[in-house]
Amino acid sequence: MNMAKLEMMVGIFMLVGILCLGYLSIKLGKMELIGGDYYTVTAGFDSVSGLKPGARVEIAGVEVGKVERIGLDPASGDRALAYLKIRAGISISDDVIASVRTSGIIGDKFIKLKPGGSDKPLKPNGKIRETESAIDIEELVSKFIHGKV
Amino acid sequence: MGWFILYSLYMAVCRPGSPLQILKQMRFIGTKSLFVIILTAAFTGMVLGLQGYYTLAKFGSEGMLGTAVALSLIRELGPVLSALMVTGRAGSAITAEIGIMRISEQIDALETMALDPFKYLVTPKLIAAMVALPLLCAIFDVVGIYGGWLVGVKLLGVNPGAYFYEMEKAVELRDITSGFAKSFSFGVIIAWIGCYKGYYAGHGAEGVSRATTESVVLTSVLILIWDYFLTSVLL
Repeated sequence: MNMAKLEMMVGIFMLVGILCLGYLSIKLGKMELIGGDYYTVTAGFDSVSGLKPGARVEIAGVEVGKVERIGLDPASGDRALAYLKIRAGISISDDVIASVRTSGIIGDKFIKLKPGGSDKPLKPNGKIRETESAIDIEELVSKFIHGKV
Repeated sequence: MGWFILYSLYMAVCRPGSPLQILKQMRFIGTKSLFVIILTAAFTGMVLGLQGYYTLAKFGSEGMLGTAVALSLIRELGPVLSALMVTGRAGSAITAEIGIMRISEQIDALETMALDPFKYLVTPKLIAAMVALPLLCAIFDVVGIYGGWLVGVKLLGVNPGAYFYEMEKAVELRDITSGFAKSFSFGVIIAWIGCYKGYYAGHGAEGVSRATTESVVLTSVLILIWDYFLTSVLL
């Protein structure tokens, strides 16, 4: 076994291994090597119950971004503030309506953006004013049972 | 035993020995295990696809097959099965090799020449195992996922888009890093027990055969026990 052949065999093994590692961590682990092609907007909700970071943001059913993180609104303290990462190049108007929706009956929560009629686009780090909270099925059922519908 | 691994790790960090030795061990532990790893990975993935399909079909959620295959492979089966295969292939050979050097007094000869046997025998194997195991585990995961895809999508007719979409949605970076953390520690276990049992092999051919058996059994059991503890900590 000469040196060159030994080095090549180990090299091929390492290469294949690292390729698989990269495939797993980038494709499945959603590791982002290149950032910066996103801009962030915020949206305040009364409740984001069930929404998780990484959830989809959709316009007309097309994925345009992700929920980056969720926290309490520092200004009011009792509202939820979701930070949405929207892909650069997709412009949303400043009167867009953001609503928390569910895909399927037990599916994941996602954010649906419904563009309004305004011509002015929402600036990066801008705040979406019109929002609809997550629909609380338990609350709806209890309302129905107690006859307050 | 504790002293053995501590000293080997110290040597691996401070005086790792010649790159040629490490390269040779990489070829032995890594490259030569490739075939058996790919073979077991493909069939593990295929059987997961088959079993998962029949379980999920009862709930009408065949679309989740990708998630089931990927999560069980990445979190558990990939690291554990690849480590067990390497134990059988390379762990036994490590013990036999060092054991024979012990009984034919080659290790004593090294010591007589004031050469540290750890530097020549143990550390290259330890480093090679620590590097090779995570890579083998990554290959195992990918091949297994495509094995599951072959059975689930091509044979049983699961929607190919759903298979990968559900998988990408469910797998998180944390699953993958915990899988590799496991795999890395299994590499340490394999080299540690393999070298230790060989280094302290008994007398004659019988001693080597006993050391080899003990090494394989102890490594396999330790891998499974350590896997349980790591899972309970990392999860």
